[in-house]
Amino acid sequence: MIRTILTVCRKEILETARDRRTLFSLLLGPLLGPLLFVTIINVAVSRNLSGLDQPLDLPIVGAERAPNLIAFLNARGLHPAVSDVKDVDDAAAAVGRGTLDVAVVIDERYEKDFGTEHAARVTVIYDRSRSSAQSKIQRVHGTLEAYGQQIGALRLVANGVSPSLLRPLLVDDLDVSTPAGRSVLMLGVLTYFLLFATLTGGLHLAIDTTAGERERRSLEPLLTLPVTRASLLLGKMAATVCYMLVSLALTLAAFTVALKRVPLEQLGMSSSFDAATALATFGILCPFAPLGAALMTTVASFTKTYREAQTYLTFILLIPTLPLMFAALLNVEAELKLMWIPSLSQHLLITALIKAQPLNWAFVGISAASSLVLGVLLGWLAIRLYEREAILG
Amino acid sequence: MIDVQNVSKRFGAVRALDGVTFAAGDGRITGLLGPNGAGKSTCLRILSTVIKPDGGRVRVGDTDLAAAPLVARRLLGVLPHGSGLYPQLTARENVEYYGRLHGLPEPLLKQRAEALIARLDLGAIADRKAKGFSQGEKTKVALARALVHEPQHLLLDEPTSGLDVMATRHLREWLRELRAQGRCVLLSSHVMQEVEALVDDLVIIAGGRVTLSGTPAELAQRYPGRSLEEIFVAAVSGAEHATT
Repeated sequence: MIRTILTVCRKEILETARDRRTLFSLLLGPLLGPLLFVTIINVAVSRNLSGLDQPLDLPIVGAERAPNLIAFLNARGLHPAVSDVKDVDDAAAAVGRGTLDVAVVIDERYEKDFGTEHAARVTVIYDRSRSSAQSKIQRVHGTLEAYGQQIGALRLVANGVSPSLLRPLLVDDLDVSTPAGRSVLMLGVLTYFLLFATLTGGLHLAIDTTAGERERRSLEPLLTLPVTRASLLLGKMAATVCYMLVSLALTLAAFTVALKRVPLEQLGMSSSFDAATALATFGILCPFAPLGAALMTTVASFTKTYREAQTYLTFILLIPTLPLMFAALLNVEAELKLMWIPSLSQHLLITALIKAQPLNWAFVGISAASSLVLGVLLGWLAIRLYEREAILG
Repeated sequence: MIDVQNVSKRFGAVRALDGVTFAAGDGRITGLLGPNGAGKSTCLRILSTVIKPDGGRVRVGDTDLAAAPLVARRLLGVLPHGSGLYPQLTARENVEYYGRLHGLPEPLLKQRAEALIARLDLGAIADRKAKGFSQGEKTKVALARALVHEPQHLLLDEPTSGLDVMATRHLREWLRELRAQGRCVLLSSHVMQEVEALVDDLVIIAGGRVTLSGTPAELAQRYPGRSLEEIFVAAVSGAEHATT
């Protein structure tokens, strides 16, 4: 039996390795995921950080009416820019067209109102739906706000009143999340990619085992050989698991390399995703592979053709991601009872790993055991289905 | 020899085989003839142990199929309809894979594969992937694969379909050679002309039943003045009248 399983496994591995298209998609998936991930993070980081300290040219209408304000803005890197904008309507039109991200209009009555009990009006024109302008808008807003507070405080002092009278509540922010903890928000998607890569790695073989062999008419002669169908199927599932683990390993390697290129530190995060973490992640996800292989093989055995199986399995690929969405929405923490749920347990353990928290070995054990037990049950079901006469189609 | 006794098989409401009885002897080529949908493939699938009969008994050599299917499979070589090779494996690898699954030791299996490749003139394509093979080449490789464990019995499902004239001639030659070695060869076909020159015994099956059997000479004697083709047509249409 063992010899049969090994023979079948070896042949399936060889045959799949010879199929260039399958191999290509097998390699592409693991490389594309991390690449996409890193690109998105890099864009997000550079958006958020773009020009926080760099000078910003700001179109200001009526700059001559407020020399002190302009000096204040200048000192903070906001330089009045020359523009043909004449008033608020002009500016609104220009922002609407997209030629300007943000503009400031100093009211005609600014000089008259400034220093009286009337508040002097300054209008900021922007388009909040434009995400690329967010950091500029916030910066202009914040700087104007700061100027107003500074002037207000000076006036109170001049009248012999303490400025703190206006601030009865002092709100202090104390964020105790570690840099590694903060990076979890970003790396939360990581497990999704890893589970996905694991499953797609075995997709072709899981389909080929039943629907593919049937379509090529090679299933029937195979079943006339003096070996049990169980050993044939186990050999095929073993090969499927091999490819799933290869796909997982490639994805992890790609992530380990790619995450070094992400300026997580600039976002106040530290990425502890080194080779050791990658290895531990691999270990945690290993028990998930037989489960995924058995699940995909079981589903594929109901289908008539390769194409039909592909359609069904695309939906199956979403099943393990459902607990992850649930986890993300409810912000669940690792606890004992959740370790019985495959894919969610792996997700929570990997999250803990990335947070650089100590591993709870009981959790790891339960996570592995529950995945393997469910994998064995599904494997048994797949064998029973393989022994039906209907498997011939 | 292969002994089929009163075998029946239903698929849902369809009665595919209804008490089929015949025997295929050693050192003989037996032709299982019938129109499409007559039950030939179902019959061969039962003989090759891929599906189980609802009733009846099949013996392959001294082995009862139902009692010991794994033992019976060692005695059987199967050439399926449409070859069923693995396109990404070479001709040699296809043959060796089956030898390995038959449990042959590695040196013996290499030697057998080499001998079959030489005998079937596969030398030129032995180490090429099967996906580019012509139908004739595929059939040759599938035949080599079916013979790698030197089975006493050989089942061939429509072996001549899709073959050109030369390939058909070669196939006949090899089947005669296997007969000369004392093997039991059972093949199915739906065209009388393809097999009448080849077979020693004829089993005509229609509507899931054996309607006529015997050697070509016996049949010719029983229906004087009629060609085998005409006898076949009569046997088949008789069954169709009976079922309708």
